[in-house]
Amino acid sequence: MTNADSGDGFVVFDRVQKSYDGETLVVKDLNLSISKGEFVTMLGPSGSGKTTCLMMLAGFEMATHGEIRLDGRNINNVPPHKRGIGMVFQNYALFPHMTVGENLAFPLNVRGMNKSDQETKVKRALDMVQMGRFINRRPAQLSGGQQQRIALARALVFDPELVLMDEPLGALDKQLREHMQFEIKHLHESLGITVVYVTHDQGEALTMSDRVAVFDDGRIQQLAPPDELYERPQNSFVAQFIGENNKLPGKVESLNGDTCTVRLETGEIIAATAVNIGQSGQETLVSIRPERVEFKPEMMPEGSHMISAEVLEVIYMGDIFRTRMKVAGSTEFVMKSRNTLDQKRLTPGETIKIGWHPQDARALEPM
Amino acid sequence: MSDATTPLTTADGKPLKAALAASMMRAKRRAFLLVAPLFLFVLVTFVVPIGQMLFQSVHNDGFSSTAPALKEWFSEHPLGTPYDESAYAALASDLKLMRENRTQGQAGTRINYDVAGTRSLFTSTARKINRMEAPWKEALLAENEDWADPNLWRAMRSASNPYTIDFYLAALDHTRDKDNNIVPVDEGRAIYGKLFLRTAILSIVITVLCMLLAFPIAHLLATLPLAKSNLLMIFVLLPFWTSLLVRTTSWMVLLQQQGVLNDVLVWLGILNNDGRLEMMYNKTGTIIAMTHILLPFMVLPLYSVMRTIPPSYVRAARSLGATSWTAFRKIYLPQTLPGIGAGALLVFILSVGYYITPALVGGADGQLISNMIAFHMQKSLNWSLAAALASLLLGGVIILYWLYDRLVGIDNMKLG
Repeated sequence: MTNADSGDGFVVFDRVQKSYDGETLVVKDLNLSISKGEFVTMLGPSGSGKTTCLMMLAGFEMATHGEIRLDGRNINNVPPHKRGIGMVFQNYALFPHMTVGENLAFPLNVRGMNKSDQETKVKRALDMVQMGRFINRRPAQLSGGQQQRIALARALVFDPELVLMDEPLGALDKQLREHMQFEIKHLHESLGITVVYVTHDQGEALTMSDRVAVFDDGRIQQLAPPDELYERPQNSFVAQFIGENNKLPGKVESLNGDTCTVRLETGEIIAATAVNIGQSGQETLVSIRPERVEFKPEMMPEGSHMISAEVLEVIYMGDIFRTRMKVAGSTEFVMKSRNTLDQKRLTPGETIKIGWHPQDARALEPM
Repeated sequence: MSDATTPLTTADGKPLKAALAASMMRAKRRAFLLVAPLFLFVLVTFVVPIGQMLFQSVHNDGFSSTAPALKEWFSEHPLGTPYDESAYAALASDLKLMRENRTQGQAGTRINYDVAGTRSLFTSTARKINRMEAPWKEALLAENEDWADPNLWRAMRSASNPYTIDFYLAALDHTRDKDNNIVPVDEGRAIYGKLFLRTAILSIVITVLCMLLAFPIAHLLATLPLAKSNLLMIFVLLPFWTSLLVRTTSWMVLLQQQGVLNDVLVWLGILNNDGRLEMMYNKTGTIIAMTHILLPFMVLPLYSVMRTIPPSYVRAARSLGATSWTAFRKIYLPQTLPGIGAGALLVFILSVGYYITPALVGGADGQLISNMIAFHMQKSLNWSLAAALASLLLGGVIILYWLYDRLVGIDNMKLG
């Protein structure tokens, strides 16, 4: 993993472990280094330890073992209010008995800032999220998206260098969520702040982040930029968790550096890219992205491997066709093809030849 | 679109309003039938008695129904007319009527509320009225000079009208002088004002104590894991399930001078045997026992409010730079106000009208206004005064409720 152990990042988790009951570890040996100005997302299913990591960074949970450093300083024993970290909560946690203006002035007030400075800063922060008109409203009078903006403004109003976000868009509807993703991304870029973002929504993680840390079972499974994560998953958990994936189980037939051949359960032999497999003869899981599968001969990339498939189901999804097929014994093999003007329509029952570039077939160690 | 002036109709041309009413009718009837038993119950056992109590506090016909002649004389002669032979003749005819109907006691009692010692005047004179002859003024004054008392005549004039506010005057330590002016009663006889004040002060003390004790308990209950908080909740509710008398008498066992607490303190050498604390039969006893009894009424609303406050608020405040004390004071506490308000209102209203506990452990010093109401109901039998006192209490509680509604809003109140 890149610069995980370098120890000179802005935020550093150094061999951090966390246990709630003394019997099981929720976070197992976490090493993570985040540089200044970076947008890092912790992505994982619920119970994977990502929120616990965020809470340890915010100071609401104590690390059982290891060190958390902020700007080179060990903050294990620094109480939350002295860390100077802005935080956006899942349900916004806007104080219901205060107006929007009072909510935003709260962090400035507890820092003993004088009234006129407070007003300027509050106004600036509200303008930043285009909510200047709502300064005298109560949170209950705002819609979910508006509350989200206020929560964002409140976390930014005291100019923290690090902002934590705990599934901040979880309660919004799809359209608003996508809109807010871009807005947060732009704020991050224009303010130059460091953001640690927690979500279980992979689309969100891929859209917004500089790097994504995929969590499972208390460990970081892969830490990489979004494109690398999607195109070159390091293990079968990441391959399955990020995006849709076709899985073909088989045995490694031969191994030659980065490439290998795999004998599938039905006896066919395909070429694939070796990712984390040890030697030939080993069980493996070949993963192929549905959108990298082709069926028209003229579109087939060079060096493609061809295999026959029986069409089981075609679903019209607007921008794409989702075709479920029987391939090498697996009935859950999916191909996605764009809905272009000249797209050939397939019918269930038809047998076709499909293919993909060996680079897109990644042989992974099965979980 | 249809013209705005023509009423909307359904698809087959019926007026929309009538169709809506018809479709709602069945549901409404069912709903009403469901609440009808409770409605009747409340009407019979609550609204009617309270209405009667309010009526009784301004209406007493103990004298007006037994003395028709005097009633007529008073209505013909305004206040200030000298009480001449005609007035005494009316009195004599009424006394005869009372003797006949055996109502002289009833009439005397009514006047006695106003002018102490007059009941016997009525009974003794009525006994001899048949042996007396005109001129009535001379005869009656010869029988008893008290019949010339202008205050007595003022009282009879006032009582000849069954509707009166005099009981409220009495409940507020006021009375009327012989010229019918409202004046305060003598210093020594003014008891109700002091009692109302004491009731209010004791209730405030009890409410504040309950608040201070209940807040940490409720917070603990709201933050502990469910299994533990359920166990704790049983301890909070246990007093609820125990008889009020048992609880009060157990406080008597604990607090009296030869009681458990004093014994322990003496045994520990903190007190010597002559200096045992008086914690019973005074205000202290009332406060301790009532605080204990009313505590759950504060814990439950507080708990129900605290349970709904997510921990993320305090966390947000902490992450924004507030110390834990500031976060508590500015974020947590204001959000518990509906619970504090509901609990305080509940405890205050309950303690203002509390009767059994102060009667048992209060002694002379720890009596509340409700004990005085009970006294007038059971001992002095001045029901009108008891009703007036109770109405004042009710009025006070309603004012308090109204104030709460104005300040906090009753819809903010959470009782559990």
